[in-house]
Amino acid sequence: MKLNKLVYLLVVALAFTGGVTGCTKKPRPTTPLPNPSGSGVGSDATDRTGTFDPNAETGGVPMNPDLANLDNFNQDRATLAAHTVHFSYDSAAIRSGEMTHVEAVASHLKSSGASLLIEGHCDERGTEEYNRALGERRALALRNELIKLGADGGKIVTRSFGKDRRIDTSESESGHAKNRRGEFVVLTPK
Amino acid sequence: MIAMTRLSKLALALLTLVVAGRAVAQPEIDITKVAAPGQEKPVPVNLTGFSGEALEVIQFDLYVQGFTFTGADSAQYLLSGSGNGNLVGRATDRFNKSQLVNKSYTGGSLRRQAHAFVDDFLKAINRQGIGGTRIAFKTASKSSGEIGVADFDGANKQTVTSDGVLVAAPEWIGNRLALAYTSYKSGNADIYTHDLSGGSRKTIARYPGSNMSPAPSPDGSKIAMVLSKGGNVDLYVANADGSGLRQLTKTREDDSAPCWSPDGQWICFATKINERRALCKVPVSGGPAQRIATSGVSNPSEPDWSPDGKWIVFTAQMGGFDICVVPATGGAATVLVNGEDPSWSPNSRTVVYARRGGGRYTLSLLDVPTKQTKDISRLSGSNSQPSWAR
Repeated sequence: MKLNKLVYLLVVALAFTGGVTGCTKKPRPTTPLPNPSGSGVGSDATDRTGTFDPNAETGGVPMNPDLANLDNFNQDRATLAAHTVHFSYDSAAIRSGEMTHVEAVASHLKSSGASLLIEGHCDERGTEEYNRALGERRALALRNELIKLGADGGKIVTRSFGKDRRIDTSESESGHAKNRRGEFVVLTPK
Repeated sequence: MIAMTRLSKLALALLTLVVAGRAVAQPEIDITKVAAPGQEKPVPVNLTGFSGEALEVIQFDLYVQGFTFTGADSAQYLLSGSGNGNLVGRATDRFNKSQLVNKSYTGGSLRRQAHAFVDDFLKAINRQGIGGTRIAFKTASKSSGEIGVADFDGANKQTVTSDGVLVAAPEWIGNRLALAYTSYKSGNADIYTHDLSGGSRKTIARYPGSNMSPAPSPDGSKIAMVLSKGGNVDLYVANADGSGLRQLTKTREDDSAPCWSPDGQWICFATKINERRALCKVPVSGGPAQRIATSGVSNPSEPDWSPDGKWIVFTAQMGGFDICVVPATGGAATVLVNGEDPSWSPNSRTVVYARRGGGRYTLSLLDVPTKQTKDISRLSGSNSQPSWAR
């Protein structure tokens, strides 16, 4: 138990160091937090039962219902395979170093007019449904960034596999890093 | 055809259980429930005369409900009988010499009779047993999975899907012999309900984006779920057939794993507040959300509200994964054992959860007051995301 905690602290410390040294530009936060309104969410750890507005966020570009059934599309995984984006532990923020991939995908979408599926994935260090939600948020963060770069949100849909489709099961740090990713799949109608 | 027969058998078994469950009157004083999680001492019982499968069932049932086995001179309860053919069971209280059970069982399997004997004993001491209850779970292979159901001890396992695709998060629908779950069978993560009596399936949510974490209300009339169709990962609620969809949260956080208060008024879920993961609850009718404090632990997820309304069991991630409980009003959390994705039994005492080890998930049972745990070793392979029918 104590050992586990120590290892965890070490991992967290390492991840933090890596984050600081690896980040030369200002990070691009794509995940603003809800504003806890009014009283409540205090600093006393024993009493944080305040209320907050669960509808604080007005952003988010709705998805096109025509893209609900992926069975209607051929999936081309090759064209954009070189532009897979990787994420930090427990984060859906797009790191500045990954932006060249997002920009390349945006250019492709704008020139080809293609529809796009973004798949969000996680490493195994999270519970199953938490990771399914986190993977989806990673895919959505990429979708939002593409929309900001001028891509048509009505042609971009997302899906999350959580930690169910890991490409490296070595359970090493480098393996975890490979698994935390967003993949781009070009969709063409069948 | 074979599948149909299996399903009808399953349905019959479940129907019997439901009917039996309804027929049992609530004891006047129910001391089943959790008063001090992880703090209670197991109750010593002495077993004599049972053997083979009957002994195995009786020991399993008693252990996961807070009993320990000892010699006759240090036991509070003496359980004796025989299990050759039909089960004969007697239970006495050694302290006040009263006879609690003296019964011969007929019909059903020997397993069923042994479960019934333990339930009769528990009822005699004002507790509610779990011998006739069932669980659903995800049973996984490398790249896909199926939804399985079994008795709570892993016996009589049935696989209710055969799609060969990723599936997730099965949950029982109250008052129906049916499950809700996520399946990727149409390429996307969509939500289905699956009627186990007839085998029919209905698509409840197939919106663009991911359709995740279905949570049927206790009365089976509504389903909470997590959808991304609006461009964010948000919490929604719909009628049981998917109609009347309403959005309950609108944040850029990854809301996940909703569950219901037993009165059907609140939905509890995991989210982030001020960059920290937290449990929250939101009224089903809409309105402000409230944090449920989980003091002493971090990164809570996968909440499940006890049927008696008093506790929320959840997973905390602090290096590893721990099963924790907190009063449903929030407060100090108690860390119980390593594991994840807990689900309460109908009596609000035992919890089924998944634990990692050896490259797979194993389902295990936890008696919350005593912290006694036992793997459901009858289930082979990797099984996770359990849901206890209640």
